[in-house]
Amino acid sequence: MSGSVTKTTQTPPAVPAAGAVDTVSRGRHRRGRRRLAVVVVLSVLIVAAFAVTLMFGRTFHPPADVVRVVLGQDVPGASFTVGRLRLPRAALAVVAGLCFGLGGVTFQTMLRNPLASPDIIGISAGAGAAATFAIVVLSLEGAGVSVFAIVVGLAVAVLVYLLAYRNGVSGGRLVLIGIGIAAMLESVTAHILDRAAEWDLQEALRWLTGSLNGTTWDEVVPVVIAVAVLAPVLLSRAGDLETLRLGDDTASALGVRVDRTRLVLIVTAVGLIAFATAAAGPIAFVAFLSGPIAARLVGPGGSLLVPAALVGALLVLVADFAGQFLFGVRYPVGVVTGVLGAPYLVYLIVRTHRAGGSL
Amino acid sequence: MTTAHSLLVEGLTLGYQDRVVIESLDLTVPPGRITAIVGANACGKSTLLRAMSRLLSPRAGHVLLDGKRVHRMPSKEVARTLGLLPQSPIAPEGIAVSDLVGRGRHPHQGRFARWSREDDEAVAAALEATGTLELADRSVDELSGGQRQRVWIAMALAQRTDLLLLDEPTTFLDVSHQVEVLDLLTDLNRTLGTTIVMVLHDLNLAARYADHLIALADGRLHAEGDPARVLTPETVEAVFGLRSRIITDPVSGRPLMLPIGRHHDTAPAA
Repeated sequence: MSGSVTKTTQTPPAVPAAGAVDTVSRGRHRRGRRRLAVVVVLSVLIVAAFAVTLMFGRTFHPPADVVRVVLGQDVPGASFTVGRLRLPRAALAVVAGLCFGLGGVTFQTMLRNPLASPDIIGISAGAGAAATFAIVVLSLEGAGVSVFAIVVGLAVAVLVYLLAYRNGVSGGRLVLIGIGIAAMLESVTAHILDRAAEWDLQEALRWLTGSLNGTTWDEVVPVVIAVAVLAPVLLSRAGDLETLRLGDDTASALGVRVDRTRLVLIVTAVGLIAFATAAAGPIAFVAFLSGPIAARLVGPGGSLLVPAALVGALLVLVADFAGQFLFGVRYPVGVVTGVLGAPYLVYLIVRTHRAGGSL
Repeated sequence: MTTAHSLLVEGLTLGYQDRVVIESLDLTVPPGRITAIVGANACGKSTLLRAMSRLLSPRAGHVLLDGKRVHRMPSKEVARTLGLLPQSPIAPEGIAVSDLVGRGRHPHQGRFARWSREDDEAVAAALEATGTLELADRSVDELSGGQRQRVWIAMALAQRTDLLLLDEPTTFLDVSHQVEVLDLLTDLNRTLGTTIVMVLHDLNLAARYADHLIALADGRLHAEGDPARVLTPETVEAVFGLRSRIITDPVSGRPLMLPIGRHHDTAPAA
């Protein structure tokens, strides 16, 4: 196969043939257009799903009423259902989905392993355990819970990283250690819930599965701020992140300050995950699924940050709506995404073993 | 334009944890030439290359690029002058060849930089020079080992550095691809004047392609200079612990090392 390319003894020209430049630029534009198309289609779907979530439910509200409520007018009947129940819920679905999608794909790309998502390697579990502890044991609320969840999420990330460090970090070792840590943290959460007073239980239960039930604006606002502050930081590092995929040595030779970049990426991604987790619980597998789905849609080329964020938002929106109305019983969003994500996890592990890789 | 850059090493000591690999080494890389570093396994060849390209911090001494300490320079500034191809670079899944080569433009781009015409030209020139233009839109996963190595070299070319360091660019390649890669590097040196420093396993290929040979033994400089002068039975004995004969390569006129093992020696004892 390798012999099919004719032997090359051309000298490197200072200025390439015009045809060659066109080939390169056409290919780049073609991949760029596909990526743009994916982003546009996903955005449209999110807006559509958002509108559907606001209109449909136990009672139907026509688009005109929904628009008036969103604009802040008082519509008898609709103001409460749409404005107080559905709007914050849908808004949290979108921003939490963005956080999970961004955080997940950042870790997966940085560690070059689709299994290295924060919800697999214990970061979501850490944030969840911390939030449960804050609610049940410390009786904290709102921002206090978020801050506690973020600090513990970061601590878990650092712990897993250090435990996996041996002359650099290998994705496989980090994933296995992370899964172990996640199991420990989940048992901590279960133990705390087991001891919880009944009135705390309802609030704390969402930390087991992830749920958007009874979302209020108080929960939405911190996540919106997190996205507004942290997402631009990640996007500004998109080029460095793509270069890190080539391995530490190559990235460093290309002028990336590897350690500093990795630190910024970890802190930002964990921050996003923890804020979203503090508000909505660890909605299963959204961080894990968004990146690979986005990669399939976009194909080769370009950063996956934006497409993965949009996939995350759409996943949470649709899964929450499906969980509420598609089945006879109401399921929290985390149950629906869990059912979707688990088979993919199994598939990935099976595929890795077929390929003879060690994760 | 390129001979202006200087790269030298002064009193360099390198190591990992409690192991010293290179001890107080002094070297000057001849500008505009091809230099090959040879030595036995674990003699510190790759370690030296890693330190010269800023991947490893020295225990003592320093690496000077144009008179400035490499380890104190901004990383992107170094990456615009000095490129490195590591021994086994990692190709991410599902990346197109021209995008991978385009990564070589990273040190020339700002944080939110738009892709420029100059970037496209650099990538196209690199693909042309390495004969990989027809692979431009293929996924790197689909390529053979030889094609892949050419793509990596194309990435280093797209970086457009005047100095290029390569860590065993011919490993995992069959003999025709080894020669092809080394011919390509020679083209690069002759037409653009790029200074090339490479670690090579194969002593005879090193002697044929290098203008300047550096032989390391146990973390120290054993000999350096013109291959015809450096490649002697004494050097081979000291560096590899191997008895050998050196003849003149009838193809290139350069020295050719023939190892003497315990068997198959039909020559009368000298």
